[in-house]
Amino acid sequence: MSFEVMKDVAKPILTGFGITAKRLGRKKVTIQYPLERREQYTRTRWRHVLTRYDSGLERCIGCSLCAGACPARCIYVEADENTDEQRFSPGERYATRYEINMLRCIFCGYCQDACPTGAIVLRKDFELANYEREDFLYTKEMLLEPIREMA
Amino acid sequence: MPKRVETLVLHDSSTPVFGDIEKGGSVVLANKESLLERLEGAASAGRAHALWPLTFGLACCAIEMMSTVAARFDLSRFGSEAFRATPRQADVMIIAGRVSKKMAPVLRQIYDQMPEPKWVISMGACASSGGVYNNYAIVQGADQVVPVDVYVPGCPPSPDALMYGILKLQSKIKHGDAKRGQLKLIELKARELEEAK
Repeated sequence: MSFEVMKDVAKPILTGFGITAKRLGRKKVTIQYPLERREQYTRTRWRHVLTRYDSGLERCIGCSLCAGACPARCIYVEADENTDEQRFSPGERYATRYEINMLRCIFCGYCQDACPTGAIVLRKDFELANYEREDFLYTKEMLLEPIREMA
Repeated sequence: MPKRVETLVLHDSSTPVFGDIEKGGSVVLANKESLLERLEGAASAGRAHALWPLTFGLACCAIEMMSTVAARFDLSRFGSEAFRATPRQADVMIIAGRVSKKMAPVLRQIYDQMPEPKWVISMGACASSGGVYNNYAIVQGADQVVPVDVYVPGCPPSPDALMYGILKLQSKIKHGDAKRGQLKLIELKARELEEAK
C-alpha cells in the first residue's frame, strides 16, 4: 500500500518540484517592465523627432518628401519662405506646419530615408499609448527637438 | 445664413441609460463623499489589477499580444494572464489587427456579449485608424464599431508598448474615468450645419 502511494503520488510530485527547483537557479528571463526597460535593438524605429543643427536652426526645409514617401499618408507639411528677420532653417524654406498622425503611422522609417537633410529621425521612445484620438496628432512643436544648451 | 446646431448622442446598446438621453445623457452620480463611492474606488482598484482579456486576434498584432503574455514580458505581473476564451468571462478586449468590414458586426457582437464593466484597447495602427489600409475593405478605426478606451500606436506595437497601454488602462480604471466603463454614452461634439436658405 505505502509503496504504491510512494510510486503513484509522491514520485510525480517530486519530479514536478524537481523541475521547479532546477529552474530556480537559472537567470530570470522576465523584464520588470515599468521599473526597468529592455535595451531596444539598434534599428528599432519609434517616435519621430525633428532634429536641429548644432546652431539651433531646424534641419527641416519643408520639402514634403517625407509626406510623399509615407505609405500611410500620415504626414502633413506646410512650408513658407525664411526671411532674414525670422529665420528657422539655414536654407530658403522652412516648415510652418509639420503634423504626423501617430495612429496612422506604421513606423516604417521611409520618411527618415527620404529626408534630404536628415531632419526627421525615428527614435526609440515607444511609450505612445493614449486615451483620445486627438492626442495622437503630433504637431511640429511636439516633434521638434528642444534647443540644446551650448556649453 | 442661419445655422442649426445639433448635438448627436449615440447610445451604447448594451448599457442601461441613466439620465436624459435627449439632453446629451447627463449621468447623475452618487455624492463623492458617500460610502458607495469609496467602495466603488476599491472595486475599481480590484478590477484594474485583474483584467482578463478576451482571446482573439484579427491579424499580425496578435503575435505581439501573445508574446506579451510569454515569459519575457509576462503580463501576469499585472493580473492579466488569463486570456478568456468566452466573452462572458472577459473584461478587456484587445483589438489586435485590422477590422475588416465583414468582421465588424462580429466584433460588435462579442463586445455586447462581454459583461459590464468592460474596456477596449485598440492595438496597432490598423485597429486604431486603418493604418496603410485606407481602402473599401477595412474599417477606418475600430472606434466606429466599439468604444475604445486606450489606443496603442505601432505596426505592430512591441510587447512593451502594449504593456504600456495596459498600464494606461489600469490607471484610467483606478483614478480617472472609472465610470466610463459602466455607463457609457458616446457623445459627439455639437456640429453646426449651414442650412441652405
